[in-house]
Amino acid sequence: MRDISRTMTKLPSPPPSGGQELGADTMDLLRFATIGSVDDGKSTLIGRLLFDTRQLFDDQLDALSTASERRGLDEVDLSFVTDGLRAEREQGITIDVAYRYAATPHRKFVIADCPGHVQYTRNMATGASTADLALVLVDATSGLREQTRRHVCIAALLGVDQLVVCANKMDLVDWDKSAYQGIVDEMETLARRLGLVSCTVIPISALNGDNVVERSDAAPWYDGPTVLDSLESAEAGGWASQHGPSRGSGARLPVQWVLRQPGGGRAYAGMVNGGPFRTGDAVVILPQGLATTVRAIETADGPLSRAEVGLSVSMRLADDIDVSRGDLIAAVEDPPEVTDTFDATVCWFHDRPLVAGDRLRLKHTTRVTPAVVESIEGIFDVNELAVSAASSLRENDIGIVRLRTALPLALDSYQADRITGSFVLIDELTIATVAAGMVGRPSLHC
Amino acid sequence: MDTATSLRASSSLPLGDAAPGGRPGHPDASVTALVRPVGHPLGHLDLLESLAIFIIREVAAESERPVLLFSGGKDSAVLLHLAAKAFKPGRIPFPVLHVDTGHNFDEVLTYRDAQVEAEGARLIVSKVQDSIDQGRVADPGPVASRNRLQTTTLLDAITAHSFDAAFGGARRDEDKARAKERVLSFRNSFGQWDPKKQRPELWQLYQGSVRPGEHLRAFPLSDWTEMDIWQYIRRERIVLPSIYYAHTRPVVERDGMLLAVSQWVAPQGDEVARDVTVRFRTVGDATCTGAVRSDATTVDDIIREVSTSRISERGATRADDRFSETSMEDRKREGYF
Repeated sequence: MRDISRTMTKLPSPPPSGGQELGADTMDLLRFATIGSVDDGKSTLIGRLLFDTRQLFDDQLDALSTASERRGLDEVDLSFVTDGLRAEREQGITIDVAYRYAATPHRKFVIADCPGHVQYTRNMATGASTADLALVLVDATSGLREQTRRHVCIAALLGVDQLVVCANKMDLVDWDKSAYQGIVDEMETLARRLGLVSCTVIPISALNGDNVVERSDAAPWYDGPTVLDSLESAEAGGWASQHGPSRGSGARLPVQWVLRQPGGGRAYAGMVNGGPFRTGDAVVILPQGLATTVRAIETADGPLSRAEVGLSVSMRLADDIDVSRGDLIAAVEDPPEVTDTFDATVCWFHDRPLVAGDRLRLKHTTRVTPAVVESIEGIFDVNELAVSAASSLRENDIGIVRLRTALPLALDSYQADRITGSFVLIDELTIATVAAGMVGRPSLHC
Repeated sequence: MDTATSLRASSSLPLGDAAPGGRPGHPDASVTALVRPVGHPLGHLDLLESLAIFIIREVAAESERPVLLFSGGKDSAVLLHLAAKAFKPGRIPFPVLHVDTGHNFDEVLTYRDAQVEAEGARLIVSKVQDSIDQGRVADPGPVASRNRLQTTTLLDAITAHSFDAAFGGARRDEDKARAKERVLSFRNSFGQWDPKKQRPELWQLYQGSVRPGEHLRAFPLSDWTEMDIWQYIRRERIVLPSIYYAHTRPVVERDGMLLAVSQWVAPQGDEVARDVTVRFRTVGDATCTGAVRSDATTVDDIIREVSTSRISERGATRADDRFSETSMEDRKREGYF
């Protein structure tokens, strides 16, 4: 068992910092998810990134060292930083997403380390659904696998439009530039066809830390950014992130809760999405279609004249009309469409195949309603990036389905608004979540 | 914020030199990529608060009988504060449950009663001592930790009151098993967590339906770090039990931890009780919660201390996590908080 500080050869002596961030009350936040196939090194990379940026505490490092030793390993296994479950350490794989937190003076990071195994695609989708950016791991010794393409497709469908691709294990191919170039060519083609905004490919060794935080001299032919550079310069709070602005939908407030006011009257509580609301805005209540105006916007800290996207508020309306949980308050310009029949792209997570006629529950914003699958419109082939005919969707398939709901829904396309354009399907028997749904068909640039 | 500014200026975090284009050794080729993007109009505390309020409202709306678990610690203080904000000007529409190990710091009980009353909530206290008296759990002896026994008391209370959702103040940065847990964490009719069968949890679509006998644990502070908690306490001026701030008290050193001398903790063998200036970083069962040496008497002092600590919160203060590599996972599987 080597001493951890010798294993981490690149580590200068640690400064007196626990790696926590500084005391500023307002910092920006980048959420990213690691994706890619099993064994391509996702968890090791996150372990390395946290170690080299000194986000790990002394007692956590001691525990890593002990855990590695107990499994007879010669070196500290950095993947144990995020693989925290007993079964994960036993098998050396990631089963479910681990969330880790890091901070630099520039920004805070929420890291979702996702599993690569096809069996746990639902967990990868969970981690990627709130990410600004996907950190894609590709094993340079074997190139892009089908599972990597599936993950990149799912991330792209979820709206994650920034990719940082790590060509990992470059040390095992002697830092051969052609291995790197092959991955660049394949990834750039894929990213272009999926309509992604950015795709940076970095040659790294997660195990040794080359080009992760510190630049490596092993690849003098590479003059691009390190992994950390890319993460620090990426766009945060973008469209796909938890509180991102919409791409073209107006202000929306799905009603969560009705607050009765002390002097009579009601306020409608919920989180603003799509665009900001201002007092006096003309709004429409959906699905009823009733028009009114915003009389006041309130928070526990006092009234606001303008409520930003991502803020939880309560809203009072000028007219006394019937509004309850599940209804949507929308800006009167360009409101969502009210419909009970629509096409959607779904990732199916149940081991029982999805077929036409299946009945499920559907949760959209704050409304839950029975739904039926009218038809399976097609299946998305992650290798061909094309939709072909299918009569059922199997576990982990991505498909296009036509759904009909018992209650009408106020829908935007997912491309326009990720809150009012997304839903989950719930099994009526087990009441488990069995699918992630996005309103509309996948848009491809083929 | 003066403290923030001075901390920023004096810090030597390893990433501090990564200013746009300023990293030594970087070829010019990468400089263009390092332009700082424009951030969200809301800061991170606003976003964390807003999402926590969203989660609290969502679970309150979808469950029949929710309850908020309150220990008197800083995380549950933040949680109670957020619950109150979520429903203002109304009252918190669910009761507050304290699982009382009987090994309490007096300051914490006084604090608990005052806080719950101030927020206008109803307090339910479930006592581990009652579980012992009823023979539900074996009595480990008067001075042993009752931390693990809390699980039975908690699950019995959930059953007795037919609670179908319990809010907790757990954070994912506390422990590697917690780091794996969903915001809404499903428990079967035995109260158990199955980490291999968690529900997908996409976007902000928190799906909280359960069948009779099952329940949810809801963790609105999942994405908060210890630092976020302290910054929020400072911003919102949240009152905490006095033991979070530096004070002088008799302690004994045991297994590398400083334990407060009390009716349950007395010097054993070669141990000597000494007066030390300490504070508590977490608050739990008094027999297994360690104090840390500290002169931090204000929130600003604590924020400064947290930003330079080399030891994690639980590593510094919880004897119960030292049994094995997967203590927290094992306890959570049984139904622990």
